[in-house]
Amino acid sequence: MTQAIKVRKLCKYYGNVRALADIDLDIDQGEFFALLGPNGAGKTTLISIIAGLSHASSGFVSVMGHDVTTQYQDARRMLGVVPQELVFDPFFTVRETLRIQSGYYGIRHNDDWIDEIIHHLDLSDKAQTNMRALSGGMKRRVLVAQALVHKPPVIILDEPTAGVDVALRQALWRFIRRLNRNGHTIILTTHYLEEAELLCNRVAMLKQGSIVTLDSIQNLISDCTHQSLRLRLSSATLPAELHEQLISYSDGYHLLRINSFFEIAAVLNKLRDSGLQVLEMKIIQSDLEEVFVNIMQHDEAGSI
Amino acid sequence: MTGFVTLLQKELLRFFKVSLQTILAPIVATLLYLLIFFHVLSAHVEVYPDIAYTQFLIPGLIMMAIVQNAFANSSSSLIQSKMSGNIVFVLLSPLSYQEIFFAYILASVVRGLVVGTGVLLITLFFFEIPLHYPQWAILFAVIGSSMLGALGLLAGISAEKVDQMAAFQNFIILPLTLLSGVFYTVQSLPAIWQHFSQLNPFFYVIDGFRYGFLGVSEVSPYTSLFVVTICFLLIALITIQVLKTGYKLRN
Repeated sequence: MTQAIKVRKLCKYYGNVRALADIDLDIDQGEFFALLGPNGAGKTTLISIIAGLSHASSGFVSVMGHDVTTQYQDARRMLGVVPQELVFDPFFTVRETLRIQSGYYGIRHNDDWIDEIIHHLDLSDKAQTNMRALSGGMKRRVLVAQALVHKPPVIILDEPTAGVDVALRQALWRFIRRLNRNGHTIILTTHYLEEAELLCNRVAMLKQGSIVTLDSIQNLISDCTHQSLRLRLSSATLPAELHEQLISYSDGYHLLRINSFFEIAAVLNKLRDSGLQVLEMKIIQSDLEEVFVNIMQHDEAGSI
Repeated sequence: MTGFVTLLQKELLRFFKVSLQTILAPIVATLLYLLIFFHVLSAHVEVYPDIAYTQFLIPGLIMMAIVQNAFANSSSSLIQSKMSGNIVFVLLSPLSYQEIFFAYILASVVRGLVVGTGVLLITLFFFEIPLHYPQWAILFAVIGSSMLGALGLLAGISAEKVDQMAAFQNFIILPLTLLSGVFYTVQSLPAIWQHFSQLNPFFYVIDGFRYGFLGVSEVSPYTSLFVVTICFLLIALITIQVLKTGYKLRN
């Protein structure tokens, strides 16, 4: 099957600054994929090149098998992009905006589908409102609607929930999830790691223009981290046999590494044998955030 | 075709929705020029034998309004879209660069012609204006506004800030149009200024357009047509190339 997105040896320079270095990436059809990374890692640059908003310095990019430079029209028809910035055309109403957007993609009578998107995004009572008069959250919804007017098989969302309230965020994700279930490939960048963890099946982490990690969420979480146990004890001295499990000690809290829940009993036994009392205990589950921080720090240490 | 038609419709709607500013204001400004120069000069100046100064002035003013508004339309649309960021919707779409080019140019032509027609219709109430060769007048109106529409598009793409755009408009477009023989014949100027005027493409646009009304002109309408067409093609080729490479638009 043709990959939704295929990137080979992609490089992008702005003058002497290297924004992307030798990116290779395959995203299959039907995936829910997250692009993560700190600000300036190259996420938006990568998305811009896929969307044709920016030209690559070298390398190859295709969307559903269409080269984004030589077959740019076919590639762009396959793609819906929700930009990061809240951009809008102040001359038009919501419905006009969506009709115009449909027309750009060669679709003339699109009102049935426009009505459906408007309904799902809870914009029905704003359809005749001028874009200028909408709140930030509403404008964000219109941006999502605009990306969907031509029913693109691949949808890219560049930090769609930045600055969006909780209710809208959840409504948005319900809608995007439904699109994914219906077969659309979804690619998103986000700063909310729990969002990526909840929604996506695979993640690429970018750092300084390179992909430092590319794996499924499950693998990342199970490979990279373990559960840990946070304890406040009656004494600050930890028994010697637990020293090798110690991750950190600060503010009176010991953080111990455990590989499974079975080890908890062993740890407690050792503490009791040493005559220590447990005053507080908390099991800390690893999550994507921890993986993310680990990878970013690890890579930093490695590069020095 | 639908993509092109949609972008054209959008561009037309854009200025029709603010027609007070984009159509009515330039018509009023042009009529003010007419009023002032009519009162000051009509008794003193004879440009061609048997032709009243107003009959000479009005076609020139109409053409000046046409080219200035054609330029203003594409340039302001582009710079506004760039500043507000909504140009991204056009750039993300599968519209080809030719479609983008022609949609912007055609919208500029329409705006220029609407303003020009407005001025003409109003002046017809008060003055008698001959119309010897309407086909020449229309031809120059269309090519002239296309040329300025393309120039506006090019300027809108190149300008990074609104004030750069305003500088281009105030220091290049405005002087070139005002000094193109709208208010006087170039032949009446000292030799050196005649020479400069002949390097000004706007002179040929105005002179050719005026020929359509008066049946007389300073240079042959064929010469004017040649010069204007070459200028338009040159600007159009550069603009299309700029759109194709994505210069300043797709960094």
